[in-house]
Amino acid sequence: MKRIYIKEEYCIGCRLCEIHCLVQHSKSKKIIKAFKREFPRALPRILVEEKGYLSFAIQCRHCEEAPCIEACITGAMYRDKTTGAVLCNEDRCVGCWMCIMVCPFGVIKRNLERKKIASKCDLCQGEEMPVCVANCPNEALELRDS
Amino acid sequence: MPISLILPEFKIERDDEKCITCQVCVRQCANDAHIYDSEEDQVYTDSSKCVGCHRCETLCPTGAISVKVNRFQSKQNANWTALVQRNIFKQAESGGILLTGMGCDKPYPIYWDHILLNASQVTNPSIDPLREPMELRTFLGQKPDKIEIDESSEEPKLITKFAPQLSLEVPILFSAMSYGSISYNACLSLARAAKKIGTFCNTGEGGLHPDFYKYGENTIVQVASGRFGVHPQYLKIAGAIEIKVGQGAKPGIGGHLPGEKVSEDISHTRMIPAGSDALSPAPHHDIYSIEDLRQLIYALKEATRYEKPVGVKIAAVHNVAPIASGIVRAGADFITIDGFRGGTGAAPMVIRDNVGIPIELALAVIDSRLREEGIRNRASIIVAGGMRSSADIIKAIALGADAVYIGTAALVAMGCHVCQKCYTGKCNWGIATQDPYLTKRLNPNIATRRLVNLLRAWSLEIKEILGGMGINAIESLRGNREHLRGVGLTAIDLKILGIKPAGG
Repeated sequence: MKRIYIKEEYCIGCRLCEIHCLVQHSKSKKIIKAFKREFPRALPRILVEEKGYLSFAIQCRHCEEAPCIEACITGAMYRDKTTGAVLCNEDRCVGCWMCIMVCPFGVIKRNLERKKIASKCDLCQGEEMPVCVANCPNEALELRDS
Repeated sequence: MPISLILPEFKIERDDEKCITCQVCVRQCANDAHIYDSEEDQVYTDSSKCVGCHRCETLCPTGAISVKVNRFQSKQNANWTALVQRNIFKQAESGGILLTGMGCDKPYPIYWDHILLNASQVTNPSIDPLREPMELRTFLGQKPDKIEIDESSEEPKLITKFAPQLSLEVPILFSAMSYGSISYNACLSLARAAKKIGTFCNTGEGGLHPDFYKYGENTIVQVASGRFGVHPQYLKIAGAIEIKVGQGAKPGIGGHLPGEKVSEDISHTRMIPAGSDALSPAPHHDIYSIEDLRQLIYALKEATRYEKPVGVKIAAVHNVAPIASGIVRAGADFITIDGFRGGTGAAPMVIRDNVGIPIELALAVIDSRLREEGIRNRASIIVAGGMRSSADIIKAIALGADAVYIGTAALVAMGCHVCQKCYTGKCNWGIATQDPYLTKRLNPNIATRRLVNLLRAWSLEIKEILGGMGINAIESLRGNREHLRGVGLTAIDLKILGIKPAGG
């Protein structure tokens, strides 16, 4: 499957990936509206970790043996058969947060909008290129076959 | 403390309708011109800190920022301009020399823009470069006075032994920019692009990092007054050696890399203690005459077993033609002439803007002088200093250059916005800095691609121009001033340039 690879040596910590991820997962998908008019604001599913000058953007690794799928009590967390991506069926998710507990990368977030659901990277299903990769100004994220 | 009279040079305008307070600008500005107030969830700007590099404007995802020149609203005065006043304010407050970066930005005449190129019509056919091969390959080095061929046997043999040559796929090289003045990633990008295109980059006077040894065949190494990083292996792995006497941006002035930029890596490359200032003396302390220069040229030739060309780089100054003649007679295989618009990482502004002569005139007089003396074949001429486009390059070649160096153009291709703040070490584009937060902003993969694209684009344009002239090899244009005509130049300018006026 195609995965997003991190090149931390080129991550400049601008957080444009987070911004574009948020927009992609907002209702309007329009940047100014998503930030200024949508409440609660959508959540980015990518996170820039920083320590000193080292930084990198991390999102769901779509593990081959995904602990979140194992741990999910309702079967909401599943693997997409065509793309191989680990996705969350938000209708089934009950917000027990087991996935958050077991995720070794800490990339699943609580989304407290409406009902509680687990929010994670969906590799921008339907898009040719995940928006974080497409909008990284320094090519610190790369989409390629694993 | 008395107030500073220096008003901001730029004005950052933020469209609050568009600003989403994402703080990309805050994180990207090394000068702290953008400040985030978390209590108010608002980004504020401090225009006094803005250097006009346009990093924030380029990265702002909503286009909310525009950086504009702050119009200094004092009474209009052609003599005491805002800039003049500003500089006096600065010096009255600091008591120091004004420093700056890049090349001279004053509106001296640019002769390239007063020279036009020829094209074929009716009496000689033009060539379509898309259908027919075009030769841009260039050889730099000493050419023999005559060629002797042994024709006694059935297969003729070349008797003449050629001096070592540099082979370039395009007549464009990357100028001397040292590791120290620019970042590791910038050096890496230049070296990789030079290798990919089949041309050369130049180490400048900062030595060669061991990681770049593998690009040695595409590297010209400099031996400058400070002799930084010069060791046997450095000379051995290089494609050619260049003795740096002067630099267009600061003729007669040495260099000074501040100690804070001399990191562990740079100290190793330059062979000086970490954290110590790297001072390049203004003169070479062992060169006070052409004879002394000859000694150094031959010392380097001996050291490299006469296997590679040894050149000399000088700044274009008043008596440049006789100096160049002396350099050729001293045994240089190529001479590099750097015009007064050549760039630098740091120079006193007064020197950068007032010392030297335009490269166009220097090139014309040197080429003429060497021809008159019958020694033009003994050295190649490389010109540098403000070459902006393929048109400038082709005009330089028709005026007598063998090849040109591009420095600023290469930096601009990598992302430089010519804000002239290289000397601060806070280059927001990750080029002229050693700060690890900033150097990663230059991804060498992207920068290499952009440099290769630039040289490819220019070589395509050069081929188009050559084709239009009915010429199929750059060699046939070299020094062919019949293909140039001057517009808006005085009779004296035309005489020095050795070209006819348009219509003539």
